[in-house]
Amino acid sequence: MAQSSVVDFDAIKKNLADLPKPIQILDENSKVVDKEAFDSFSDDDLVEFMKKMVWERALHEQTMNFSRQGRMGFYAPTEGEEASEMGTVLAMKKQDYLLPAYRDVPQLIQHGATVTEAYLWSRGHVVGNKYEARAMMPQIIIGAAYDEAAGVAMGLKKNGEEAIAFTYTGDGGTSQGDSYEGMNFAGAFQVPALFIVQNNGFAISTPRNKQTAAPSLAQKAVAAGIPSVQVDGMDILACYKVAKAARDYIIAGNGPVMIETLTYRYGAHSSAGDDPSRYRTEEDTKPWHEKDPLIRLRKVLEDKGLWSDEQEDSLVDEYKATFKDAIKEADAVPVDKVSDMLKRTFEIPTPEMRKEIEKFEAKESN
Amino acid sequence: MAKKTYIKAITDALDIVLDEDPKTLIFGEDVGKNGGVFRTTQGLQDKYGEDRVFDTPLAESGILGLATGLGVTGWRPIPEIQFMGFSFEAIDQIAGQEARMRFRFDGKQHSPVTIRTPYGGGTHTAEMHADNLENFFTGVPGLRVVMPSNPYDAKGLLISSVESNDPVLFMENLKLYRSMKDDIPEGKYTVPLDQANVVQEGTDLTIVAYGAEVNEAKKVADKLKDKASIEVIDLRTVSPIDTDTIFKSIEKTHKVVIVQEAQKMAGVGAQVASAIAEDAILSLDAPIGRVAAPNSVYPFAQGEDYWIPGADEIEEKVNEILNY
Repeated sequence: MAQSSVVDFDAIKKNLADLPKPIQILDENSKVVDKEAFDSFSDDDLVEFMKKMVWERALHEQTMNFSRQGRMGFYAPTEGEEASEMGTVLAMKKQDYLLPAYRDVPQLIQHGATVTEAYLWSRGHVVGNKYEARAMMPQIIIGAAYDEAAGVAMGLKKNGEEAIAFTYTGDGGTSQGDSYEGMNFAGAFQVPALFIVQNNGFAISTPRNKQTAAPSLAQKAVAAGIPSVQVDGMDILACYKVAKAARDYIIAGNGPVMIETLTYRYGAHSSAGDDPSRYRTEEDTKPWHEKDPLIRLRKVLEDKGLWSDEQEDSLVDEYKATFKDAIKEADAVPVDKVSDMLKRTFEIPTPEMRKEIEKFEAKESN
Repeated sequence: MAKKTYIKAITDALDIVLDEDPKTLIFGEDVGKNGGVFRTTQGLQDKYGEDRVFDTPLAESGILGLATGLGVTGWRPIPEIQFMGFSFEAIDQIAGQEARMRFRFDGKQHSPVTIRTPYGGGTHTAEMHADNLENFFTGVPGLRVVMPSNPYDAKGLLISSVESNDPVLFMENLKLYRSMKDDIPEGKYTVPLDQANVVQEGTDLTIVAYGAEVNEAKKVADKLKDKASIEVIDLRTVSPIDTDTIFKSIEKTHKVVIVQEAQKMAGVGAQVASAIAEDAILSLDAPIGRVAAPNSVYPFAQGEDYWIPGADEIEEKVNEILNY
């Protein structure tokens, strides 16, 4: 080993890996590890959290069914990430602005889009983006949402609104230059943005340890002067509590925060042909199933006499019925017209486009 | 009226839009205290404050992402990319994000961004400072590309660009910044987007040009005036192209030479030629003439002097087409 008398890089490197324990309230055996935090939740709160996760998993199962029937377009499976997604989004207020990535459709629905709109987005229909929610459409370009979140947050701040920007990316997303730029801008301008990294272990097939030598992804915010934290992403209570604390901190005018949730994608990257058995084994996956966020909270609720299998089954049926209604509604939306695609490209169509619009309108009226 | 440089005309326009619309914001690298590296934003931070005119960290994608986000929250951003070559760093925010916002949301959300950036050769800058990159951006649906050729148009077109709810890439010619002065009316006036300008009328041949090449074309028209009556059209907006004005002109002159400072491949001139070939070819009695830069990588500073096409190349091509 090369030694120097003026600087000990080894010690500096070692220090980087000295990470605080991820924040947890309920451990994987459903044992309460932070009693004070746990006691701050009412029984109703706990049941509500459970319902949200059951809803998200039911949405996933039904969407996968629709996908197998050929009734969906692009779909990024969410199973395993319910605590991370629902826990964080439940800390959002209606006036907040959401910048989701493509796996964050459940959060977009929680924030006000309808399931019908989500299905239309999946199928690639513009009506899917015309939701009432204050949100961007799910971002396909990884990292772009982080840049835009800084701008949205600055806009909200300049408007004098009591609102923040919530944005999501994944472990792979933290490798994009735009992620650094967005966080750096948000830090430099001290704007109200919450950056959430859902570290689910894989960017399609590339494992987290091949993305970066950084011991944590939360550390990536540190260089931008942004406080960041790792949280157990399979513990919905911890995810909610940390996101809520972050929002409170941001709203108080303290600038942006970054949260890394440690979670796992049980399924494929997308429903379009990704086969996870090519890059991970059941042995890799098993420990994460043992940490399952639904099992974890369900046990607590059952011990308290607040939950039963029958209750859950009937909820799942109820939810799935709403998803089946939603896809029928989506089926009923007429296909988009080329003339309308041209019209929405600009507010004021160019002279050439006016001619194109006329041409297509004539065709379409036949 | 006062004689003003291209730079001062732009500062004037920015002053007017900042004053008229409290939602306008100017930001970018060094645009605040320093007034921009070319002083186009000189004095604006002092006048309107740091909330309206501010410096950003040095990252082009971050600057334009900021603009996209500000746009959807009700602001009217006027970001500056310090030199157009740096826009390569921000291609996604321009083509992948801003230009698609209205389309994505069917107008329910949009981001009315005007990106200002200097381009163009002849001032012997470092690499990546002078390239004519309009050929890239005219291929982006949802984005207008505006390239004024003189101070009067620069002011009027910039005000129109900012007032437009559609995103505009506003390209400012580096060489013209200080080399050209015009009588500029005080106060507000606009020059319409999407419309070409017949800067000189003629009957024998039409030169279609834009940016700094308009001035080269005018020199040629002037030099040859005893021999031929040449009409000069300044496109002003290069995406979309005002084909009606071009077609009307060539119906009269029957001859056309298309001039651009950028490389010949896949660009504005090619688009003009294709539009003529498709819809107005029978107006012509000679082949379409083209003057453009060679298809090499943009030259280092010393090569600019003989690489960029100028009046000599235009004159040669005009004579060739006139004598066809």
